[in-house]
Amino acid sequence: MSKKMQITLTVNGTRHELLAEPRELLIHVLRERLNITGPHIGCETSHCGACTVIMGDRSVKSCTVFAAQADGASITTIEGLGTPDALHPLQEAFREHHGLQCGFCTPGMITRAAQLLKENPDPTEEEVRFGMAGNLCRCTGYQNIVKSVLAAAATINAAKEAAE
Amino acid sequence: MIPAAFEYHRPGDLPAALALLQEHGDDARVIAGGHSLIPMMKLRMAEVPHLIDLQAIDALRGITIDGHRITLGAMVTQAEIIAHAGLTTHAPILREAALQIADPQVRAMGTVGGNVANGDPGNDMPGLMQCLNATFHVTGPAGSRDIPAREFYESAYLTAREDDEILTAVSFDAPTGGQAYEKQKRKIGDYATAAAAVILTRLGDRCTAASIAMTNLSDTPIWAEAAGEALVGTACGEDAVIAAITAMQAAIDPSEDNRGPAEFKRHAAGIILARAIARAWSRA
Repeated sequence: MSKKMQITLTVNGTRHELLAEPRELLIHVLRERLNITGPHIGCETSHCGACTVIMGDRSVKSCTVFAAQADGASITTIEGLGTPDALHPLQEAFREHHGLQCGFCTPGMITRAAQLLKENPDPTEEEVRFGMAGNLCRCTGYQNIVKSVLAAAATINAAKEAAE
Repeated sequence: MIPAAFEYHRPGDLPAALALLQEHGDDARVIAGGHSLIPMMKLRMAEVPHLIDLQAIDALRGITIDGHRITLGAMVTQAEIIAHAGLTTHAPILREAALQIADPQVRAMGTVGGNVANGDPGNDMPGLMQCLNATFHVTGPAGSRDIPAREFYESAYLTAREDDEILTAVSFDAPTGGQAYEKQKRKIGDYATAAAAVILTRLGDRCTAASIAMTNLSDTPIWAEAAGEALVGTACGEDAVIAAITAMQAAIDPSEDNRGPAEFKRHAAGIILARAIARAWSRA
């Protein structure tokens, strides 16, 4: 066992200082040390995207980032996007458009989609499909996921226009 | 999926990183985006007692376009390449290739330096760098040196970079003419079954120069010099394309794996090259 190191992570706006082994993966630190269980462990081989979180301003698969690499970073998980009482427009759209069935991939889907819409606020259907290609769903066939992301983009853009 | 224990280092500049490499020798490896190395460490196919993270070294970042010369810092990510307006204008083939690497999350972390230095024959940038006739810049304890991309790859995972050297940047002349990167893969996130990079120049209906390189069809990327020559002086018609494919197929040496038998890959390589030539010609 290697010695533990002090790691600082800001997750959903809350600063955490913790001791972790450098070899611990970000997904394990989030779930097991910080009890933030929104990001899921699917394949654990950087294929499925269920563990997707936003680190700084990029979507990452937290099964393929060492906690030590994330030291000092700001991280957003599904818990940081909305609450049961105040859903994020993406969460609302996934509910409205049946964008999930079993729900296992959903936290990763929505977290990825949130970053995608920051990078490209008004994507075409093709751009949504390309931008979500790192997230696998075995239930829906993707149609309703794509529909949900497009609907959320429209909602967010309409709210922005109304605010201006 | 827990890798063997290691000590983590995050040096703030290149001399500090080189000193750590010197100190720990074979026990140390540098990590850029980590999307090749971390999976290998999780599978315990790579054991790295000292992991040297390059993320805090600003000198390894940045894209510069100086006249005709383009330089990419080793830590430039695939996502940064895709988003860079200057690169899209001056070297569109780079963006076209980067868009076909893995998926958005992997491209957000994966770097050009890691992609070329790792020596994995499945990586796309090494083939593209053959086509571009790029130069790789490495720095070690004895100083810096330049290695032509076409002399960098010795066999799978074996390159001309010494263990105590760090690849700091890649540079190349902005390509002129028509360019295309064509990749056949089974699914998003997979390595190429066959991929081709083609850059050619055209004067009227004649091809005046052509560079062709292939990915994942040998244990190194292949610059198929004779395939490019087969196009020069022609109008890139059917006979010329067949001659180029024949020359390319003589240069590659695919092996059977879960993407198919060697003969299938040879066939797929021909189709992919024909498509890449047609697209590059239409853009020339």
